[in-house]
Amino acid sequence: MKKGNTVFFKNAPRIISFAAICGTKEKEGVIGEFADIALDDDMYGESTYEKAECKMLTNTIALAIDKASLKEKDVDVMLSGDLLNQIISASFAARDYNFPFLGVYSACSTMSESIMLSAMMVNAGYVKRAVAATGSHFASAERQYRYPLELGCTRPPQSQWTVTGAGGCVIAEGKEGIKIVSATMGRVCDYGVTDVNNMGAAMAPAAADTIMQHFKDTGTSPCDYDMILTGDLGALGSRIVKDLTWEKGYDISENHVDCGEIVYNVIENEFQGGSGAGCSAVVLNSYVLSKMRAGLYKRILFAATGALLSTVSSGQGESIPCISHLVELEY
Amino acid sequence: MTGKSKENYNENYLRYIRTQDPPTQHFKNCAAAFGVGGLICCIGQFIRIMLEYAGLTGDELAGSTSVILIFLGCLLTGLGVYDRIGRYAGAGSIVPITGFANSVTSPAIEFKTEGWIYGMAAKMFTVAGAIVVFGVFSGVLVGLLYYFI
Repeated sequence: MKKGNTVFFKNAPRIISFAAICGTKEKEGVIGEFADIALDDDMYGESTYEKAECKMLTNTIALAIDKASLKEKDVDVMLSGDLLNQIISASFAARDYNFPFLGVYSACSTMSESIMLSAMMVNAGYVKRAVAATGSHFASAERQYRYPLELGCTRPPQSQWTVTGAGGCVIAEGKEGIKIVSATMGRVCDYGVTDVNNMGAAMAPAAADTIMQHFKDTGTSPCDYDMILTGDLGALGSRIVKDLTWEKGYDISENHVDCGEIVYNVIENEFQGGSGAGCSAVVLNSYVLSKMRAGLYKRILFAATGALLSTVSSGQGESIPCISHLVELEY
Repeated sequence: MTGKSKENYNENYLRYIRTQDPPTQHFKNCAAAFGVGGLICCIGQFIRIMLEYAGLTGDELAGSTSVILIFLGCLLTGLGVYDRIGRYAGAGSIVPITGFANSVTSPAIEFKTEGWIYGMAAKMFTVAGAIVVFGVFSGVLVGLLYYFI
């Protein structure tokens, strides 16, 4: 059933297991004790950062399947994507598995998009079990989008720090696990922000738009949810999204949490917090879902946000179109 | 509400986010740049005086001083120290010749994974290329002015 931009899952697909791997810097933060593996070495024993990112993703998927007590043959499809050009981490991770692979890309909101698409497929009965996973690596993202790691340049105070980590979950039909109730498909929002260092300000309108669309479509209000989780808006973007929704009569300031804002413990060079596809993936698949399963949160909205830019588009002076997809989870 | 069609909405939003921006600490940044930049220059001067003692003069002296500073810049980049200095000092560590060395060495290290020729050698000047082009260009301009005056 669909109303507005929101699809409702009447067969209630469930997240039956989840897994996350995080990097060294992330280990010190709130997710350190919830992640399945916290790396001591950002290279993960590989020769390049890209390979390390791919290995994180591969192992996360294996862990998630394993935690659901499933075998590789039980999984019908995998949906995954990442930040690198031609989503190489996801595609390369998929070559280690026998099940089909569907590559998705919506920048940092890849996690919510892949959960949404998996839930749609499971709800429709096309597949029984789907894996949704994504990840990112600070060093590989930095090389692709910004400058070489060792270049001695300053970071502006609006900037964020790409999270090293990967998260994934298995979505299946059944009676156990965290229910995926509905999902709101995001629209691309572009308010003309051109500053690539100010992702929070660029992405906040997309998050606000999708969250408000969800309230409209479902007839709910912010107080119906225990937590409204956004992806990687950072401290600055979080302030803006609260303002934008408040302006339209929805006060989310009480229960809004941003993955990027909470992921790092000590804000030193990260300024506004974490970002990247791995940010929302790691926080959701470790901290948030663990707490949900423990009964701390009953009903949450997960709206990861993505900036759909490339180095070419920003080099040509284009503004940054952003997107946010939302899934509603219940336990 | 979405899209770029409503220009006014965009302008309002951009104006609004400018008020939300965390302020750049100009004084602190300038002081750090001045301190570290000055220190690098003092080290350069110290090397120069030492070389003078060793008996070097003229072009030899200037060249050797630069070479030693470039070497130090490269070394500190390779050791992973220069980016930390740069993060703190900003222009103070970018403007001296050590900063130029850093901007050549850092992509060389970064792209080594893509091979020696197409990776390291080809990408070595991705950052420094702009510096070289405009450096040469302004050199020519000043040279022309000097010739005619």
